[in-house]
Amino acid sequence: MRWVIKLSLAALTAGLVMSGAAYAASAEKGKTAYVQHGCWQCHGFVGQGGITGPKLGPDPLPLEGLSAFIRSSNGPMPPYPEKILPNEDLADIHAYLQSVPKPPDYKTIPLLNP
Amino acid sequence: MTPKQSGFAVDRRKFLTGVAVAGAATAATPAANATPAATAPARLPSALPPTAHQIAAETGTPKELSRVGGKPGSDFMMDVIKTLDIKYCPSNCASSFRALHESMINYGENKMPEYLNCMHEESAVGIAHGYFKIAGKPLMTMCHGTVGLQHAAMGIYNAWCDRVPVIVIGGNDLDAAYRPPGVPTFHSAQDINALVRDFTKWDDTPVSSQHFAQSFVRGYKLCVTPPYGPVMFSLDAGLQQEPVREHGEKLYIPKYTPAAPPHGDMNAVREAAKLLANASNPVIVADRAARTANGVKLLVELAELLQAKVIDQQGRMNFPKTHHLNSQLGAVNTADVIIGLELSDFWATVNQYTDNGEHGGIGFNQSRMKPGTKLISISSVDLITKANYQDFQRFQSVDISMGGDAEATLPALIEAVKSAIPNDKKAAIEKRGEDAKKAYATNEARTRAAAAIAWDASPISTARLCMEVYNAIKDLDWSLVASEGNVSNWPNRLWPINKHHQWIGRSGGYGVGYGLPASVGAALANRDIGGRFSVSIQSDGDMMYAPGVMWTAAKHKIPLLSVMHNNRGYHQEVMHVQRLSNFRNRVASLGGDMGPIGTSIQNPDIEYHKLAESMGWWAKGPIKDPALLGPAIKEAVAVVKSGQPALLNVWTQPR
Repeated sequence: MRWVIKLSLAALTAGLVMSGAAYAASAEKGKTAYVQHGCWQCHGFVGQGGITGPKLGPDPLPLEGLSAFIRSSNGPMPPYPEKILPNEDLADIHAYLQSVPKPPDYKTIPLLNP
Repeated sequence: MTPKQSGFAVDRRKFLTGVAVAGAATAATPAANATPAATAPARLPSALPPTAHQIAAETGTPKELSRVGGKPGSDFMMDVIKTLDIKYCPSNCASSFRALHESMINYGENKMPEYLNCMHEESAVGIAHGYFKIAGKPLMTMCHGTVGLQHAAMGIYNAWCDRVPVIVIGGNDLDAAYRPPGVPTFHSAQDINALVRDFTKWDDTPVSSQHFAQSFVRGYKLCVTPPYGPVMFSLDAGLQQEPVREHGEKLYIPKYTPAAPPHGDMNAVREAAKLLANASNPVIVADRAARTANGVKLLVELAELLQAKVIDQQGRMNFPKTHHLNSQLGAVNTADVIIGLELSDFWATVNQYTDNGEHGGIGFNQSRMKPGTKLISISSVDLITKANYQDFQRFQSVDISMGGDAEATLPALIEAVKSAIPNDKKAAIEKRGEDAKKAYATNEARTRAAAAIAWDASPISTARLCMEVYNAIKDLDWSLVASEGNVSNWPNRLWPINKHHQWIGRSGGYGVGYGLPASVGAALANRDIGGRFSVSIQSDGDMMYAPGVMWTAAKHKIPLLSVMHNNRGYHQEVMHVQRLSNFRNRVASLGGDMGPIGTSIQNPDIEYHKLAESMGWWAKGPIKDPALLGPAIKEAVAVVKSGQPALLNVWTQPR
């Protein structure tokens, strides 16, 4: 649970600094960046998570918290420094995760209610 | 080794003509001597005495056996093999065992064993591997002792790691002065068994027919004595082809008597029982504990006595998934006594390794346990650990260690626990059970909620894939014969896997390519049992190592439903190379694919359904829309129930 503690601290201190004017993040660009940077490998194409990584969307962590974690992850997830994942791409990915539709209630899915 | 000898030729047709003339003359002689009579004209005798040539023909070897001069050695080998109830011999044919092959299909009438025609030796061993885990009886395979064994080696390693018996016969030709030059000599070696000696239980090189008989029966006995494992024979071509020689005593076939499995020491059993009975939070971890369905019953009895949570590591189906004591690895964190039953990796059960590149790339380790937790191990693998291949994993110190078979030890452990539970513990044990029921219900709801995420996504979610499959087979006597790719373990999390044959574990050694042949082998065993439906979740990378086993399934009419988890890559390596790129602060080069160069299976996308169809399967795909999946599976189930194997090429999420 070390990564959870670090993430919480990062969110509290709001470590991310975006340079210049606010960047207009794009969910469409974020979907491309999400695949290009390999997020899909552990978290699935729609951020659903699985045995290799937790669910990311919908309702992702705030951008600042997500960024702080991704930049400095020391747990099972490898870190993504800014050199390999630019701030703009990260913001776009965050926008994409926010755009993922909410899943249905499992109680409404017959195959999940034997 | 006796050099090969050639016989001599006799013209049987001329011999028979000569005998007729000599016989007629002999019959006429007594009548002529009996009574003097009127002189009659002289008659030629109707038969003449046999000539030396004719005597040799009558007492020598008939022409049709002139090259052998007696019973072929491989015929006697078949006599031995037939005493051991071996039903099939999956094999890829080769000249170095042509004699035993010929004896098997002609002298042995291709029964017990029946020859299964395979396209690759790794597939042959894989079939034997999967077959055993359903049937509980080993198969034999034959291969070229050099190039064939090299192919087979990964399958043998998987079987070794998974503690499964396979009898491997490698053909060889030791006599360097007489074996054919060229290819057969390229295919010969002094010691073919050396290639696999580090991951077989035992091996031998018989040098006479009697030696073969003793050796084969011994090898069979060793491979089916827990801990199970593969055995290897180097079988000389000359010994197979030349006539049997008795060396002064009549050949015999030794009687096979099964060995009782090794059992945990009774003092250690009692000590372990005391620890478990007095624990506040005992946890049972089982990997290959239940060798048989009886093992499942015993484990349930032990768990219920203690109301101990059970973590099933799924090396076999050890514990019913719908039982309230079925738990997850997190249970280790709060345990005060943990008993591991046939664990392949005790260290990783109680410790966590994180591959985060720290400490010069090594990563870091941390314990999962509370300080002071007591550990008990029962494992038969402690009795046969070898040194070279590292399947024994990291060393874990424990408090009580028993080198013995877990299933064989459980009855004694259960009785000892019954005696050891103090009366004042019974209420606490009952409360543990009630708490476990609540935890089970909470976890069930959480798991189903997780399965609902991305339910309608394309590519299809692994949860959707698995639940659509289950929906189509739930009313059948089903058996999930392989699920080698990582589908986030949905079958074990959501299917009611409660019977021993419903889950048979994995490859053991994680050598990719096990899934397809093992599912064919297990499906064969299920077919013979009658009425049992075999289904596999088949990953794309696994299939491509040796897809020819699909032909074997069609050829031998083995019904199997393979639903593909086609995530278009060797996904473990997709993640590994991405991870290293990140550690090194470099963007992973994708080369136009989704994953790092060298890890994706895309562009072009393989049409597995066409590949399967080309080898006699019914197949459909690619299926990318989850709404189409259910109807396709239903159609495929009907095909499989008619006796034909079927494949669905389904594009899925990565995990």
